[in-house]
Amino acid sequence: MDEQQSLWSFMMQQSGKLLEQTFQHIGLTFISLFLSILIGVPLGVWISDKQKYSGLILGFAGILQTIPSIALLGFMIPLLGIGENPAIVALMLYAFLPIIRNTYTGLTGVNSSVIDAAKGMGMSASQILLKVKLPLAMPVILAGIRTATVINVGVATLAAYIGAGGLGEFIFGGIALNNTNMILAGAIPAALLAILFDFLLSKVQKLNVKKARTATWAVSVLLIVFSSFYLLPQAYGSKMLAGFTPEFMGRSDGYLGLKDKYDLRVRTVVISDAVMYKAAYESKLDVISGYSTDGRLKAYDLVVLQDDKTIFPPYYAAPIVRLEILQKFPEIGPVLNLLSGIINDSIMTELNYRVDYLKQSPEKVAKDFLIDKKLYKEPRNGNKGVIRMGSKIFGEQYILIQMYTMLMQANTDLKVETKTGLGGTKICFDALTNNQIDLYPEYTGTGLLVILKTPAKIVERIISNKDSVFNYVQQEFSRRYQIKWLRPIGFNNAYALMMRRKQAEDLKIQTISQLKMYIDKD
Amino acid sequence: MINLQKVSKFYSNTKAVDDISFEVKEGETLVLLGTSGCGKTTTLRMINRLTEPTQGIIQLNQINILNQSPEELRRGIGYVLQHHGLFPHYTVAENIAIVPRLMKWNKPRIEKRTDELLEKLHLSSANYRSLYPDQLSGGQQQRVGLARALAAEPPILLMDEPFGALDTVTRRSIRKEFRELDELRRKTIVMVTHDVQEAFELGDRICLMDKGKIVQIGKPADLLFSPANDFVRSFMQQQRLQLELQVIKLADIWDMLMPVELKVRIEKEIPADSSVWAALELLSEDQHSSDYLYITCKDNRQKQLDISSLMAAFAHYKTNLPNG
Repeated sequence: MDEQQSLWSFMMQQSGKLLEQTFQHIGLTFISLFLSILIGVPLGVWISDKQKYSGLILGFAGILQTIPSIALLGFMIPLLGIGENPAIVALMLYAFLPIIRNTYTGLTGVNSSVIDAAKGMGMSASQILLKVKLPLAMPVILAGIRTATVINVGVATLAAYIGAGGLGEFIFGGIALNNTNMILAGAIPAALLAILFDFLLSKVQKLNVKKARTATWAVSVLLIVFSSFYLLPQAYGSKMLAGFTPEFMGRSDGYLGLKDKYDLRVRTVVISDAVMYKAAYESKLDVISGYSTDGRLKAYDLVVLQDDKTIFPPYYAAPIVRLEILQKFPEIGPVLNLLSGIINDSIMTELNYRVDYLKQSPEKVAKDFLIDKKLYKEPRNGNKGVIRMGSKIFGEQYILIQMYTMLMQANTDLKVETKTGLGGTKICFDALTNNQIDLYPEYTGTGLLVILKTPAKIVERIISNKDSVFNYVQQEFSRRYQIKWLRPIGFNNAYALMMRRKQAEDLKIQTISQLKMYIDKD
Repeated sequence: MINLQKVSKFYSNTKAVDDISFEVKEGETLVLLGTSGCGKTTTLRMINRLTEPTQGIIQLNQINILNQSPEELRRGIGYVLQHHGLFPHYTVAENIAIVPRLMKWNKPRIEKRTDELLEKLHLSSANYRSLYPDQLSGGQQQRVGLARALAAEPPILLMDEPFGALDTVTRRSIRKEFRELDELRRKTIVMVTHDVQEAFELGDRICLMDKGKIVQIGKPADLLFSPANDFVRSFMQQQRLQLELQVIKLADIWDMLMPVELKVRIEKEIPADSSVWAALELLSEDQHSSDYLYITCKDNRQKQLDISSLMAAFAHYKTNLPNG
């Protein structure tokens, strides 16, 4: 992932993937469009006949349209799980409004004297519909289908969030990785598809009323051909399906590393972190990319596969503090180190589980834990000075900050101010260097790759040893930023590949290498 | 052939058609005449069940029309609309073939009938059959509309203001064509119009309607010379002279025609059952012959006349009328 690389060479390099995503995108768009026409046109016919229901149906379709696309996709997950089904249904619902409305408008707009003539000549209601009304309404219906197609091409990019594939994989991967080429590699083809389909359908639409029969055939053939695109990529594949976040897909300490170092060839879908664990639990996915201390690991009974070739750098958490504060209040060092060595991976996972999954408050979880470890004491309510602590915006950091607050209030005379929920690494770190906060918990891997942007050569050399990584970041932080890394707390919240415990045990898979061997077998 | 007995149509609180009865004999043309909103179109549409009556019975050939499905009934009745109602996505030939196809005629028969009709209506088939309605003039569209109504040879024809959408000139020429069409002569026709002129020209009998009721029904001459009330009289007041000229036939004034001396021998002849109006038209057809004489014949007898002798006979005839 070289930032300097040109867009063209990126697209060439990823051409296979790009083609697959484009096919998926076209397939998603048209399968959902097809279903929407199958349901929407008869519905439009029905309300054109039963006018009193038209307000209700059109209003409902209108409301569907106002639901933000990502929310609509979200609503689908509890009903239909993840993958193509919820995406197709959501896209179908989106296409409803233009299709139903235009069918209705087209049919009610047919010249009444023509219908009168048809009736007067003795055509039955169904003959009038099929031979007169629908052909004459066809240009308007086609205009609706055209609108729906363009909407669907756009909304289909969001399908990547729930593992349905499509060009959204590149777009969201690119956003997560701040990789412009990747964003464009998804966005440009998506825009071109929208323009292309709009153009094709405008041609069909111009085959005026007299060629209504030809137009109808053309659209049907187009729909069926393009819908079948969705089936193509699924013709090949492996025994296992992996779901990775957009960020993981594009990182060298992620999917790229898995391909390079392990030569892992597994069928992948891109999926958002929010639904990934549950999807693995429900056997929709077999392998996922998670964080090793995530509470859902426990909630959904997943196991971490051992990274036997070390592509994932260690992410040991430790408080980082401005040196200036350590000199001003030397007593805080020993207090912060009280947690060192007492929280390992499984303990942290358990604590996260209680917050993320059982919805207990971070404060209660922190207090219970400290009481259990006999570290809890009543606060002294001292007045010596103020110490400001920050945290990133997820459960684990909230728990750690609560523990540090309680320890600090009990063991020193300092007052504590907390600034929790700071958006991300960059915001936390900038707050620290700009004297907005005095400390926050950071991870060694993040320090190494994100903050220090350590050259690949050095990373290569030290990555397999957690102590080397810790020593390197400690040394560099104090040299460059006058910030001290205190002792690691003890758990490693790294990227990890995970599987369902049952499946991993059945297949006797404990390491990523064993996973690869299983996938490549026969 | 067509028989309406005490037929009414009510819409929520208005009476569109109020207790109407009349009969149309086979081969007869009955014109429903009246201003807009008088119920004439509703009456027409009840005959082919495009509108169902609230009360009353309608019979075709002594059979209640409710005994048949509306579709079957309508296939046996030709229907011509004011705004032609041609299918814009069908060619001329396809439009004409609609009812024959519904009746499952075979292809050669449909082809033959279509060509025949196009020929009769002066739309020579090679040029017009594959055109679409919007490529035709208004008069042509109306002729195709008529051809479509006649295609399956229905014994009955319903015409709803068939010339209403045309300009006066086109209207007159098409009306003439219609009159001369032999197929129409054999049909039982009910026609709706608000044009008195048209009613007198085409109707064997006229049924004048107002506010959903029949004001007077009878031959054109009856309405003209023995109007039932002031409404009938005033309805025709504006065009009275022309109507009279149209209603009175040469045969009616035969006895009052004073023979004139033949100045120049002219070959033109006119049958005795023509109207005075038709004779006048012929007389003034071209300027050079307008002063000269024409010959009419009846029972092989002949008389010669010019405009002044014709008008004198006409005036004489009128003064002898009972209500004249």
